[in-house]
Amino acid sequence: MYNKLAELLAPYEGEKGALIPILQKVQGEFGYLSDKAIHEIAHFMGTSESEIFGVATFYAQFRFTPRGKHVVKVCLGTSCYVRGATQIMEALEQKLGIKSGDTTSDLEFSFERVACFGCCALSPIIVVDDTVYSKITAEKAKQIVSSYE
Amino acid sequence: MKFEEIQNRAETEWEALEHSEKPRILVGAATCGRSAGALNVLQTFNEELAQRSIDAIVMQVGCIGLCYLEPLVDIIKPGYPRICYSSVTPEIVPELIEDYLIKDNPRPDLALGTIGDGEVEGIPKFFDLPMLKAQVRIILRHCGTINPEDINHYIAHGGYSGFARAIEMSPGEIIEEIKKSGLRGRGGAGFPTGLKWEFCRKSPGREKYLVCNADEGDPGAFMNRSVLEGDPHSVLEGMLIAAYAIGATHGYIYCRAEYPLALQRLNIALAKMKEYGLLGENILGSGFDFDLEIKEGAGAFVCGEETALMASIEGKRGMPCPRPPFPAQSGIWGKPTNINNVETLATVAAILQKGADWYTQYGTERSKGTKTFALAGKIKRTGLIEVPLGITLRDIIYDIGGGIADDKQFKAVQTGGPSGGCLSDEHLDLPVDYETLTRAGSIMGSGGIIVADEDTCLVDFAKFFLTFTQAESCGKCVPCRVGTRQMLNILERITKGGGEEEDIDKLQKLAETIRDGSLCALGGTAPNPVLTTLRFFRNEYEAHIKEKRCPALVCKELVSYYILPDKCEGCMICLRNCPVGAIKGEKRMVHIIDQDKCTKCGTCLSVCPPRFHAVTKVSGEKIEVPEEPTPVASSK
Repeated sequence: MYNKLAELLAPYEGEKGALIPILQKVQGEFGYLSDKAIHEIAHFMGTSESEIFGVATFYAQFRFTPRGKHVVKVCLGTSCYVRGATQIMEALEQKLGIKSGDTTSDLEFSFERVACFGCCALSPIIVVDDTVYSKITAEKAKQIVSSYE
Repeated sequence: MKFEEIQNRAETEWEALEHSEKPRILVGAATCGRSAGALNVLQTFNEELAQRSIDAIVMQVGCIGLCYLEPLVDIIKPGYPRICYSSVTPEIVPELIEDYLIKDNPRPDLALGTIGDGEVEGIPKFFDLPMLKAQVRIILRHCGTINPEDINHYIAHGGYSGFARAIEMSPGEIIEEIKKSGLRGRGGAGFPTGLKWEFCRKSPGREKYLVCNADEGDPGAFMNRSVLEGDPHSVLEGMLIAAYAIGATHGYIYCRAEYPLALQRLNIALAKMKEYGLLGENILGSGFDFDLEIKEGAGAFVCGEETALMASIEGKRGMPCPRPPFPAQSGIWGKPTNINNVETLATVAAILQKGADWYTQYGTERSKGTKTFALAGKIKRTGLIEVPLGITLRDIIYDIGGGIADDKQFKAVQTGGPSGGCLSDEHLDLPVDYETLTRAGSIMGSGGIIVADEDTCLVDFAKFFLTFTQAESCGKCVPCRVGTRQMLNILERITKGGGEEEDIDKLQKLAETIRDGSLCALGGTAPNPVLTTLRFFRNEYEAHIKEKRCPALVCKELVSYYILPDKCEGCMICLRNCPVGAIKGEKRMVHIIDQDKCTKCGTCLSVCPPRFHAVTKVSGEKIEVPEEPTPVASSK
């Protein structure tokens, strides 16, 4: 891991304001920001781990625990909300047996809520990995997730 | 290379495409089209054409705005006008190829409209359709028509001629032109763009920054995404013009990570600009140097605020700072910085291409030009529209949007996202411009328009927005951090039936304190949804508080489900489907819901056969039902 990290960090040597792109890059590679990774990044940037944590925890994108193989995201934007996203949320919580923000114990699924994907005209929306599903119902959402099992 | 040469080459290439013997197939493959299955359609076209050995040009284009009819496919067959087909599925593709491309039947039954010159019997003109008739497309002029990944398509449609004109002018002249156009910031605040540029221009310092704010964070808004996906060069041309006018040497595009396709298209566009000498040193031989880089947002709504956005670019927590100093005086790394929204910049390119006088023919006295709106919610025709400012909300919702979906009643329209307000039917005839919407208690905002119908509970709706802003509050200042939390607690209490008489006054006072006392616009506008719903829909708050009733039957704690004894046929369907076993009964016996066990999931209501219609949902009333299952009415 250390070699890979050093390789990822090298291009940012001396660059101003590189912390967020670095965190994105590292998370992109390892799926989440581990304590070790944070430690290395702090060392590389010549700052403290708490500084790095301070920035990383501010942004919704960053995670500190491993993620499931598939990521199910339910959009709770305004348009999805008025068209029944709450029911979809509940149906999937029931189906996966976890709350949003959590990962199933077998590391198969992570479940997240997202503020808006910008597909409002086709709401409600769910996104599994990188596929966007539009005009979803609670029933359809469960079927879609089943297809990834 | 001289710009004339670049232009000639692009035009020649476009002409060749226009006069090509090959049919052209344009698939609307922006994010909205893709979520409706556009990529499957695209793949099917490629396969089916190959199978028949038909040589055609299949290309991806951006979103033309009729999202509710996605996927949209345009076919341009030599000798025929361009025809747009809607709701295209992979199954329809072979039919279109066989009937239209091979034979000469354009299938009017599947067509939506013809675009451009020429007519086809039985097919209306696309831009005469009700959703498009009132629109004026300036910002969206190329979306759905050109290949966003081909810079030549943009150039052949007049692209970068605005920048070419700009470098013949002095920066002062450009700023005057923008001032004359009356353009105001399209991110929501409506500050005059020319004036903003002038401040930055006059600010001392050799190193200046330009930022394009593409952190479209309002839930319910997708205008900027569509422009970036469908016509990225129009934004980039606007950035070149702005940078030249203010004297910036370096630019950032701050785009949210939730828009992967927009980011991909921007990256392709930047590479092409470099190749064409439109970025870097001595651009088009003018002596003007400018570099651009993309910064990916990391998911924080507050970063749409200028000072927070700059902190984020510097790699810090995205927390706002008090102003002054304004970004024009001291911005990124302490240098003068100018920040404009995606749409503002796309408009700048059009103004420089066609002139301020042309632009001012649209709009009102104080709100010039056009504005894009993302039309969503309980409306028939959802999608992206562009209209001249001054149009009424009624025209937008009814003429363009086709009115309320499923024959329901209109209740409210929310403009400006979580920072905006909910307006009622008494506001429908108000003209949409910056001042009028602000006076009515809402804001123009970045352009989200969400329509709510009779089934939307506005207390719950206000709670939804506040849940969002509360979670997104950066926590720096007390009124916003603590105040929004307190407001949310009160709203939660009200929607759960625990509302107290004085809650309305408390909400009002808290809202005003947060509005006046917060550091940035997030806190300053967060109470707007509550303030406007309190003002225009107070009766709904009162019903929740005084009668413990939710008139729209939304708030779970305040509704109950009952099985009507005179209608139940004892079919066991609801009983079997109830996830918590709260229904008792047997075959041909009236079923009864145990109100203590019921979790109010609504399954019984949705599975009860429509011919029985025996489950009812009520709020604030009790329906008399037998205590134990009795034989059904029809067997008596």
